[in-house]
Amino acid sequence: MSDAVGIIWRRVLTGALTVVGAITLLFLLIQFVPGDLASILYGPRVTDALRASLAERMGTDQPLPVQLYLFLSHAVRGDFGTNVISGRPILDEILGVLPNTLALALSALGLSLLIGIPLGALAAVRPGSLADRILGALSVVLITTPSFVVAILLLLVFSLALDWLPVAGAGTPGDPVDQLAHLILPTTALAVGWIGYLARLVRASLLEVLAEPHVRTLRAYGVPEWRVILIYALRPALIPVIAILGMALGDLIGGALFAELIFGRPGLGTLAYNAVVSRNFAVVQATTTVIVLVYVTANIAVDILSGAIDPRFRRTAGEEAR
Amino acid sequence: MRAFLGRIWREKGGRTGILLVALILCIALIVPLLAPDPNKIDVPMRFLPPSLLHPLGTDNLGRDLLARVAVGTRSALWIACVVIALSMAGGLTLGVIAALSGRLVDRLVTGFCDIVSAFPSYILVFSLVALYGAGLGKLVVAIALAFLPQFARITRSQALTLRHRPFIESARLMGLPATTIIRRHVLPNIVGPVIVLASMNIPSVITTEAAMSFIGLGVQPPQTSLGTLIRDGYVFLDQSWWPIIGAVAVLAIATLGCTLLGEALRDVVDPKLRREP
Repeated sequence: MSDAVGIIWRRVLTGALTVVGAITLLFLLIQFVPGDLASILYGPRVTDALRASLAERMGTDQPLPVQLYLFLSHAVRGDFGTNVISGRPILDEILGVLPNTLALALSALGLSLLIGIPLGALAAVRPGSLADRILGALSVVLITTPSFVVAILLLLVFSLALDWLPVAGAGTPGDPVDQLAHLILPTTALAVGWIGYLARLVRASLLEVLAEPHVRTLRAYGVPEWRVILIYALRPALIPVIAILGMALGDLIGGALFAELIFGRPGLGTLAYNAVVSRNFAVVQATTTVIVLVYVTANIAVDILSGAIDPRFRRTAGEEAR
Repeated sequence: MRAFLGRIWREKGGRTGILLVALILCIALIVPLLAPDPNKIDVPMRFLPPSLLHPLGTDNLGRDLLARVAVGTRSALWIACVVIALSMAGGLTLGVIAALSGRLVDRLVTGFCDIVSAFPSYILVFSLVALYGAGLGKLVVAIALAFLPQFARITRSQALTLRHRPFIESARLMGLPATTIIRRHVLPNIVGPVIVLASMNIPSVITTEAAMSFIGLGVQPPQTSLGTLIRDGYVFLDQSWWPIIGAVAVLAIATLGCTLLGEALRDVVDPKLRREP
């Protein structure tokens, strides 16, 4: 068991180092941006006094390593400073919209698992059949259609032409039905690609498991086919699915950015986009940092989860430690 | 070459891939020769539905949409090629350096790749463009950086397996300079999987460019790409839904065709890579 704890610790530590590296990279990238912040923010009205006061407020009058240290140590405590335009703490603004984005990304992930896994299993049960070939073609189409295109098409059909679902926003806070109604279209748009991807992944993985000797033995013992598939084969076949969940969440958060803009949903995407338009770098930096943090954390969690679920991984990891 | 295309043709999905990519190439290369000027403004003819004269209709300024979609397709393909060339060149260089240099350099390169991949790719491109401003050149560099770690990783792992193979060791013992060993013996042996990765990434690059241009942070008008066309169509959606259809269809066909072709290419070049969907 101590082996496992060691492995988890090492994974968390490298994850933390990666996050620190990512924050540093972002910080350095901002340093190379041409033009100074004051003239970008104040425009032609900028004076030396304004410039100096802004530099002092933002800490940009300090040497670079000191700035980096200050930014990192503040970021670790969740302090990203104040939004110079709205005057509110950036962390509050992010926390205000983070649940919207996470709800969108997680519901899209849930929907793609809910539909993708059964589709993949269905295709794997009868490889080469008509259903399998149709599902195969369908998956490729789903994977390759960009999610922002799906979002536009859904908006076109269900909101504008049919007027079934609300067009914009995240719904009235405190009204779950309304919020859910606002979630349907963006969730579907995001999930479509991953439904196709998961269907193919599950199909390939299940076919591999079904070809293994222990499945043949189960069949020889007369275990009903549905039990062989649902109870014995599908579970190990889902291990690769768990392994990509972290990547999927990152991709969905990235995609949520576009879905939020198209559907006018408040979220990290809209926050960052508005910050970009007003050249408000501190907000972009903070939003990106939070997304990286969520993404890396999800990947660590997934790695640990796969280790906990897959006994083969546990054994090899243990042997490696010995 | 013909035999190679023939093998792709026989591969599952390869035929559809070849046909769709050929269609896209026709749109990008041949249509501009036949269609009217994509920038000719004719306001009274705005928002026309498809007709013989304008097969995809006209946009909000009465410009011919087929001609504009053709130009957009051309720039999408062009951008995809440049991006892939850049990230492949960068990835090959970093990967070979990491694999053949000492441990410290290897750690630095892998660390760099880990850090870059800690950003979901859309988010990295978005942040870079957010900081350095929109525009074609910056977008290309940003997307290339986002795709670079994959190329560096695959190059590194391929080069590592070669490192202690007898023919490399003997080349080294013969005193050949490192650059010659890399050029003559390492690169030819790792190029297969790298080409496959490149072709598999083309659809993602096309999509990323279109998405960024769609939200107004990529290619800037008057330059045209599929993304800017979709954006224009989206803005005027309440007046006519024709303008958006052509660009969306071409984008979908391009990504579908390139994906099918890329997968067929992978199965022909290296069936071992097939495991993953």
